[in-house]
Amino acid sequence: MTASSPAPVVRIAGVDKTFGRGDRVVTKALEAIDLDIARGEFVSLIGPSGCGKSTLLRIVGDLTSPSTGTVQVNGKSAEQARRDRDYGMVFQAPVLFDWRTVEDNVKLPLEILGYDAARRTARAREMLELVELGDFLKHHPFQLSGGMQQRVAIARALAFEPAILLMDEPFGALDEMTRERMNGEVLRIWEQTGTTILFVTHSIPEAVFLSTRVVVMSARPGRITKIVNVDLPRPRTDDTREERRYFELVTEVREALRAGGGDLDDSGTIDGMDAASMERTIAEGAVG
Amino acid sequence: MATAAVTRPGLTSTGPARAGRRRGRGLLVGLAVAIGVVIFWEGAKFLGGTPWRAPLAQPGSPVLWNPPFRWAFANDLNLPHVWNILLTFGQPFQRGADQTVAEYLFGAALYTWREAFLGFLLGTSIGLILATVFVHSRLLERALVPYVVASQTIPIIALAPMITYAFGGSLAAVVVIATYLTFFPVTIAMIRGLRSLDPRALELTRSYAASRWQVYRKLRLPASLPYLFTALKIAATASIVGAIIGESPGGIADGLGRVILTFNQYYITGPEKLWAAIIASGLLGIAFFLLIRGVELAVLRGRPGAADG
Repeated sequence: MTASSPAPVVRIAGVDKTFGRGDRVVTKALEAIDLDIARGEFVSLIGPSGCGKSTLLRIVGDLTSPSTGTVQVNGKSAEQARRDRDYGMVFQAPVLFDWRTVEDNVKLPLEILGYDAARRTARAREMLELVELGDFLKHHPFQLSGGMQQRVAIARALAFEPAILLMDEPFGALDEMTRERMNGEVLRIWEQTGTTILFVTHSIPEAVFLSTRVVVMSARPGRITKIVNVDLPRPRTDDTREERRYFELVTEVREALRAGGGDLDDSGTIDGMDAASMERTIAEGAVG
Repeated sequence: MATAAVTRPGLTSTGPARAGRRRGRGLLVGLAVAIGVVIFWEGAKFLGGTPWRAPLAQPGSPVLWNPPFRWAFANDLNLPHVWNILLTFGQPFQRGADQTVAEYLFGAALYTWREAFLGFLLGTSIGLILATVFVHSRLLERALVPYVVASQTIPIIALAPMITYAFGGSLAAVVVIATYLTFFPVTIAMIRGLRSLDPRALELTRSYAASRWQVYRKLRLPASLPYLFTALKIAATASIVGAIIGESPGGIADGLGRVILTFNQYYITGPEKLWAAIIASGLLGIAFFLLIRGVELAVLRGRPGAADG
C-alpha cells in the first residue's frame, strides 16, 4: 500500500450504459456515473435489482464497455488494465473446474500468466492458506461446501496479485450464517493483502460491515444517489454488528435506497446474470 | 450418459466398493438376459422347430425329439440350435482346413479391427478439427454443419462401392468408409462439448487476458471430454460396422466382411457359421467399446459422474 499515491486506482467518469439494438435504446442501465476508488479501499455497490450495479462492475472489469464515459484503472484504460491482469474476478457462482483439484484451480490463472511451476505451487498454496483451505489442496471442488468453494474462487482471484478485486455478489448464494462468516474472512484477507476491492451486493448489513464506502444506487436507469462513508472502527468483528453506529449506518443506507426507489427485496440475482445474459440475448438478436 | 457440469456442489462421489457391487449386479442381469434369450430361442424350437437330433449330427441320424408344430422361423435353417452355433466355433472353418471357425474368425476380427481403428483415429481427428473450427466460427458452423449432417443421410451401402472403386479396392477404401461413419458423432458431440463451459468461465478467462488457444487447451477441451467419450463409444461401434461394410465390395479377403459374405453363400449347408460370424462381429464391437470405456474411466478419474458413463 502506498498511502502517498493521490491518483485513484479506479476512476469512473461520466459513464452511461444503454442496452439497445442499432439506434434503438432498449434499456438505459446506467446514467452519469462518476466514482473514484482509492488504493486499498473497500467499496460496495448496493441498489435495487436492475439498478445496473453489476453492469458497472463489469464495465470496470472490461467485460463490457460503457456507452459513453471512461473508466481508468491505474491511469490506464479498462481494456489495457485487463490485458495487464489488473483484475481479480469473483462471481456469485464459484466457477471452479471439477477436473482440477482445488490447488490446480488456483493455479489456473498462474498457468495462463506463465508463472513457472515452482512459483505456481508456492503461490497457490500461500493463497489457499490465506483462505484457510490449506488442508484441501488435493480435493476436487465438488467435494467442498458452497462457502469453501467460494473461498477457493477468492484464492484464485488473488493468486496473481491483481490491482483490484471485483466481487459480484460473491456470497449471494450462501446461507446467512455462512455469509457472515465469509464476510469476516474477506475482511481479514483484505486487511492482510491491502488489496482494493469493488464489491456488489444486495445486502445492506453486508455492505456496511465490509466497506470503507457504500455507494447507493437508484433503480433503472442506475444512478449514484448517495455515498455513505462507513466510519466504523477496525478491526470489525461480530461485535461490530451490535454497535449503535453500525445500526445508524444500516439505517442511513436503507433510507438512501428508499429515496432512490425500487425494491431491494426483489429476490436474488437478476442484476448479475441479467446484465450478462441480456447482452448475449441482444447480441443474438432475440430482443428488439 | 456423462454430463459436464462446471460446478456441482453437494455432489458426493460414489465409493469404489459400491461401484463394484453395482457392476457385479449389472453382469448378473446381463447374464440373466442372455439365458432368457436362449430359453426363448430353444423353447420356440422345442415347440415348432425341425426334429431335434444330436449336436452337429448329420441329417440321417436318429430323431431325439419331434416338436408338435412346424414353424418356419424356428427351423434349423433360420434358427439353428444354440449349441450347434457354439460348437461350430470348434469346427474347421471349411472342409479340410486346419483352422477352426473360432481361430479363423479371431484372425478376421483382428484384421477388421485394425481397419476400423485406423478409420476411428482418422474420423476422430477430423471430427475434433471440424468441431474446433465450428466452435470458433459461427459463420463456418452455419455454412458447413448442414453438409456434415447431410453426409450421414447417404446410405453407406450406396457409397461403399464408389469409395472402393475410387481407391482401387485397397485397404484405404475400408479405412475411408470407417472414417466416414466415425467423424460425424465426434463432430456433433464436440461442438456441444467445446461449448459446455459456463459463460462466466469465459468471462474469467477474459479477465486473465487468456489467448484463445489457452482457453481451448485449459478449459474447453477438458470440459468437453465427457462429451468426447460418449461420441467415441458410438464411433467405436460405428467404425466396426463401417469396416465390415467397406470390406464387402472390395477385394479385402482377410476381414469379417468377406467372412460374412462367404458364410452367407454357404448358409444353406451351414447356417451356424454365419451366426458364429455375427457373434464374432458383436464381440468385436463390444471389445472396442469396452476399450474406449476403459480409457474413459482412466482419463476422467476423479470427476463426478465418471463412473456413470
